[in-house]
Amino acid sequence: MITNSVTTYALETASVIKTYQSDSGTIHAVDDVSIQVKAGEFVALVGPSGSGKTTMLSILAALLQPTSGKVLLDGQDLAALNDQQRVSIRREKIGFTFQSNNMVPYLTALENVELMLRLNNRLDKTGHMRAQELLARLGLAERMHNLPGQMSGGQQQRVAIARALIHNPSLVLADEPTASLDTERAYQVVETFANLIHEQNRAGIMVTHDLRMVEFVDRVIQMQDGKLVKIYSTHEEIMDLAKGGRH
Amino acid sequence: MKNVLSLSGYLAVKEVWRNRGRFLLVALVIALITLLVLFIAALGEGLGNGNREYISKLDAQLIVFQAKSEQLISASRLDRSTLAAVRRVNGVADAGELGTATAKILLPGNPTPLKVSMLGVDPGHVGEPKVLQGSQLSTDNAKEAIIDRNTAIRSKLTVGDTLQIEVTQGTKDETYTLRIVGVTDGEQYTLAPSIFVPFFTWDQMRPKSEAEVNSSNPVPNVVLVKLIDPKTVESTRTVIQEQVNNVELYTLSETIQALPGYSAQQSTLNTQGAFTLFIGVLVIGGFFQIQILQKVAQIGVLKAIGTANPVVGAASVIQIIVVTIIGVAIGGILTFLFSLSFPPTIPIVFNGTKSAIAIIALLLIGPLGGLVSIRYAVRIEPLKALGLNS
Repeated sequence: MITNSVTTYALETASVIKTYQSDSGTIHAVDDVSIQVKAGEFVALVGPSGSGKTTMLSILAALLQPTSGKVLLDGQDLAALNDQQRVSIRREKIGFTFQSNNMVPYLTALENVELMLRLNNRLDKTGHMRAQELLARLGLAERMHNLPGQMSGGQQQRVAIARALIHNPSLVLADEPTASLDTERAYQVVETFANLIHEQNRAGIMVTHDLRMVEFVDRVIQMQDGKLVKIYSTHEEIMDLAKGGRH
Repeated sequence: MKNVLSLSGYLAVKEVWRNRGRFLLVALVIALITLLVLFIAALGEGLGNGNREYISKLDAQLIVFQAKSEQLISASRLDRSTLAAVRRVNGVADAGELGTATAKILLPGNPTPLKVSMLGVDPGHVGEPKVLQGSQLSTDNAKEAIIDRNTAIRSKLTVGDTLQIEVTQGTKDETYTLRIVGVTDGEQYTLAPSIFVPFFTWDQMRPKSEAEVNSSNPVPNVVLVKLIDPKTVESTRTVIQEQVNNVELYTLSETIQALPGYSAQQSTLNTQGAFTLFIGVLVIGGFFQIQILQKVAQIGVLKAIGTANPVVGAASVIQIIVVTIIGVAIGGILTFLFSLSFPPTIPIVFNGTKSAIAIIALLLIGPLGGLVSIRYAVRIEPLKALGLNS
């Protein structure tokens, strides 16, 4: 159920359903999922392969239209937008990091980050300074002018985090951001991500199958067979889940 | 729109610059295609020019042939009275006889004679080319010659020199000596450099059969007609046809098209040029298509983070245009450098208009070849490209 207009949620979904037709009948990739995420909250979306978490992320990212239901980002229903409007929303209000192929290979780290400002026609001297500061903050001061091919996977993910945040989006989405990283780098990346989301007061959602990474999030939403099956909200529950992931 | 262009230009130029080795390779392929196309065009122009240069530069509008001579100058034989009859027709400003033959110039110190077109013209009348250096021919039977620029270059003869012509008359090779009085611009005829001699001198010197040797019967091949008003070509043609017996008339362009082998030669070279351009479209199209296939994920990321389709499409177009311009520029420079090394015997002529058309066609083959890849880039689905549709 959608809450009232006084809501403080940055992101809110109501009864989102996504179905596909196949030879064997209708597949419910996402089945009646309603979630809310506040600004400054970092949420993990977990579940086994085929649980619908990637489809849900694609819907939240305005890359995929739900079959039914509402997806409100800052009060605007993404499901009601046309293609052009969804491109604008992705550019202006959403920040992304992906599993791999995150970077534009012919742009340096700094240019990749600044690209979001260019896309929004907001690249000025201040934006340039902010991009440099953000990269420095992520430990990439020495790598700013390197091309992606000259950086490690972890460094590339940190550049992607900077790019996801530079344009002050309302929602930051991360799809398996640690999939290609070793454990130490994975922890560093997710911790940095969490810190920045909290500091900059963004709503953040991370899809992961690696339960060890949930120790940095505020809430864990578990999905199975397209349905939302459980929400872990307390610190103890989340730490227990993370501990389970380590074993 | 401004933002779309600036963004797409930024992305296109960055990609080209950061992958300059790969793009330079494609530009070099385009450069080689350019070289080939420009040379084929220049060769076509050179060969065509070698055939038609004298005719196309004539200050005349109509050419009078013997009836049923199939528009072949060498096959036409006009009665000497034709000239006077044509000159009497209203609307005719001037008319001059033209006799054509081939001859050999004996060059001192060179065992290989220079083959030339020997053209007999009426001094002071249409058909005699204007000299750039020296003077015009003086009388109908003077032992004088005007040589064209090509003859001057290849024989190294100039005004004031004497010229030895060897022709076969009957069963003997006869040698005639002429004084060069003038040098005119390029006036090639039937792919040979030219010399112009007074009509009666020409008749005396032209190759003859045994029977013709002893009976002097000067016969021009055609009569060249200059009109008072060039706009009256059609009406004057009809009048001459009616008033002069046993003749047919053609314009200069009709005559050029009927020159032996001219049309076949030009269409062959034009077809070669068109095929080269077509191959260029396929090569460039193939390269950019492979490139787009390699960048599906990258374009997916760009689209996922909010890059609009017009930016992605325009970036591809700009990239193709940049690479094509660089390739055509390199090809143009290479063509120019190569052309400097060719001897004058190779009929290569760079005509401004034809070269410009070839260059425009070459500039268009890039975007044309890249159309499929641009369409493909625009249709890439970010979900699929990023593997999020599983």
